[in-house]
Amino acid sequence: MASTDVARQPGQGVRPLSLAGHVGFDSLPDQLVNKSICQGFCFNILCIGETGIGKSTLMDTLFNTNFENLESSHFEPQVKLHAQTYDLQESNVRLRLTVVNTVGFGDQMNKQESYQPVVDYIDRQFESYLQEELKIKRSLHNYHDSRVHACLYFISPSGHSLKSLDLVTMKKLDSKVNIIPVIAKADTISKSELHKFKIKIMSELVSNGVQIYQFPLDDETVAKVNTTMNGHLPFAVVGSTEEVSVGNKMVKARQYPWGVVQVENESHCDFVKLREMLICVNMEDLREQTHTRHYELYRRCKLEEMGFKDTDPECKPVSLQQTYEAKRQEFLVELQKREDEMRQMFVQRVKEKESELKEAERDLQGRFEQLKRLHADEKAALEEKKRLLDEDQSSFGKRRAAAQLLQAQSLTANGKKDKDRKNIKRQTQVALWADLGRCCYYTGGINDSRT
Amino acid sequence: IRLFRNTQTCFSRTSCTDLFGYVGIEAVLDQMRRKTMKVGLEFNIMVVGQSGLGKSTLVNTLFKSKVSRKSCTPNCEEKISKTVKLHSVSHVIEEKGMKMKLTVIDTPGFGDQINNENCWEPIVKHINEQYEKYLREELHINRKRRIPDSRVHCCIYFLPATGHRLRPIDVEFMKRVGKIVSIVPVIAKADTLTIEERQEFKERIRQDLAANGIRVYPQKEYDDDPEERILNDRIRESIPFAVVGTDKEHQVNGNKVLGRKTKWGIIEVENVAHCEFANLRDLLIRSHLQDLKDVTHNIHYETYRVRRLNESNMNFSELGLSARPLENGTADTSESESHL
Repeated sequence: MASTDVARQPGQGVRPLSLAGHVGFDSLPDQLVNKSICQGFCFNILCIGETGIGKSTLMDTLFNTNFENLESSHFEPQVKLHAQTYDLQESNVRLRLTVVNTVGFGDQMNKQESYQPVVDYIDRQFESYLQEELKIKRSLHNYHDSRVHACLYFISPSGHSLKSLDLVTMKKLDSKVNIIPVIAKADTISKSELHKFKIKIMSELVSNGVQIYQFPLDDETVAKVNTTMNGHLPFAVVGSTEEVSVGNKMVKARQYPWGVVQVENESHCDFVKLREMLICVNMEDLREQTHTRHYELYRRCKLEEMGFKDTDPECKPVSLQQTYEAKRQEFLVELQKREDEMRQMFVQRVKEKESELKEAERDLQGRFEQLKRLHADEKAALEEKKRLLDEDQSSFGKRRAAAQLLQAQSLTANGKKDKDRKNIKRQTQVALWADLGRCCYYTGGINDSRT
Repeated sequence: IRLFRNTQTCFSRTSCTDLFGYVGIEAVLDQMRRKTMKVGLEFNIMVVGQSGLGKSTLVNTLFKSKVSRKSCTPNCEEKISKTVKLHSVSHVIEEKGMKMKLTVIDTPGFGDQINNENCWEPIVKHINEQYEKYLREELHINRKRRIPDSRVHCCIYFLPATGHRLRPIDVEFMKRVGKIVSIVPVIAKADTLTIEERQEFKERIRQDLAANGIRVYPQKEYDDDPEERILNDRIRESIPFAVVGTDKEHQVNGNKVLGRKTKWGIIEVENVAHCEFANLRDLLIRSHLQDLKDVTHNIHYETYRVRRLNESNMNFSELGLSARPLENGTADTSESESHL
């Protein structure tokens, strides 16, 4: 019996006991399974491969459904990731499956940055799990786990070797996710070529130090199967959702003029092996590896980056609390500095504004003075005109008095002098009218200037 | 296989297609079973009660082995300890390939002194220490693959079969400890009560528990779905279980049964008509073992964690992880041991 983790733990005085009867805790796996059935399972697959290599078709074939993916164009400027979540149910097991596809991978002219969006996506999922784990009030058992559990890397069936893009991408991803390489559209390669191709791929991966996912060998029930399968990597797969009648059955297949490639026929391609390995045998292990290896590595790197350590330079264990406090003080100090800076800037701006306003005030004052002077000048001119008018008026009054006197004298003298007198009267009248006219002219002028 | 498609953030069903064909998702259940068998199981149980109530015998009967050594009656010369000392013993037991590391934490001296005020304090301290240990492990940068779990999953509290009501010490203990751990109260040495007396006693205890706001396992608030609620309601109607413990076997009707032999008959421990030991065993081990562990991990431990992190003002989202400004002023850096 293989030793279990429990028995392996060093216990102080832990001795094995023998049971005198049936206690019943062997039902624990069933209890656990029942709980999990209620909660449902979660599985996230990332498919990386060039456009048109058959990622969506393979997913459809693998899960026996139609995920309704549209064909993507070849002209994407950048690699993008497109994730979709599905709820599948088989008998009483519910699975929340997320399929993430790369869109535009391998289509650009310059593929140097092609791997970056993929790495970023995977890191983002780890980050959100880490955030949830570090929260004070957290609900990890209800959390929708979006970390990528398995990555299917689609190799195009050239028959020669891996492309440099493949090597670079896989190298970047092997410490972040479980990579399972598959050879897509395997019906274009003949059996002997396929064998050579597989050997070439595996040797290239080994020589470049790429760590792909190895099926676990520590559980005897599956060790044998897994060892065989490890030898068949990478799986050469063919995907198809169309059914063709072969013999008297309808099977999933691709129909060619020269024959029919059956998807579920083990001698035609490795599809059944892939399905076995990915789903039936190792789904739980994939999830566990993601959580205990890849996620822990990410967490460790992230926390170390932030400056948290387990041990001091003197190798004494430092509690997270102390490091946290130190960081917090740093943060507070920096905050204080920034606050001071802002305050200074504020004071300076206020000063500038003040001086501006003062200048404006002075300007305004100057203009006011100017206007006042103008006003005074105009007033003086008008006074002058008024004086002239008054003079004219008084001279006109005098002349009128003189004319009236003359009239009175002519009335007391008699005779012929009437006509002369009338002429003189008329003349004086005309002169008076002319004066009056002039006065009116002046008055009218003053009236005008007064208004 | 049925398919319901969702978009990533909203989980409403948009389309449903019925398609046939084997995928093999069911096999994940087997994978889980295998993993559990491989990993094994840790279970920590604490027994609390006055001396002489049959705690050790009950534990031995539950796990059908000599888990605890029974303490013999102390002589007059032996001093009764001034404080409650906790005594924990671990064993590894295996059944049908399933290995379990069982730790029994005994509390000799509880309720034995003349002045029993604060006798729960060492117990509360121990429980919180286990939570603290786990929390520290969890906060490490380099974490172990499987954090050793020494948290108390279940606390069996022994009530003496007085037939009357809960005593003040019972109320005080259960009130305080019921907040931090799952308590299962049992009536000890129940063969001194007749069936009617037993029913009345239980009814009065249930009233007292409700009157004092004491929540015992299974707590109503943590029922997930209606099925579970029905099951747990039935259990709640019959707590506290009246138990009798023994490790001696006798012949009854040609079968060997566990029982206590007296002049007036043999009390069969596993007979449901005689006492409720079988119910207790089924609850603890056969049906709710995983649930006890889950409640401890998801609820009691999380409550402790929240309190602890708030006390030390550790809010990681304030630091590098997100750029929100601090709300409170300088931190209170006292790393005080939290006690109730």
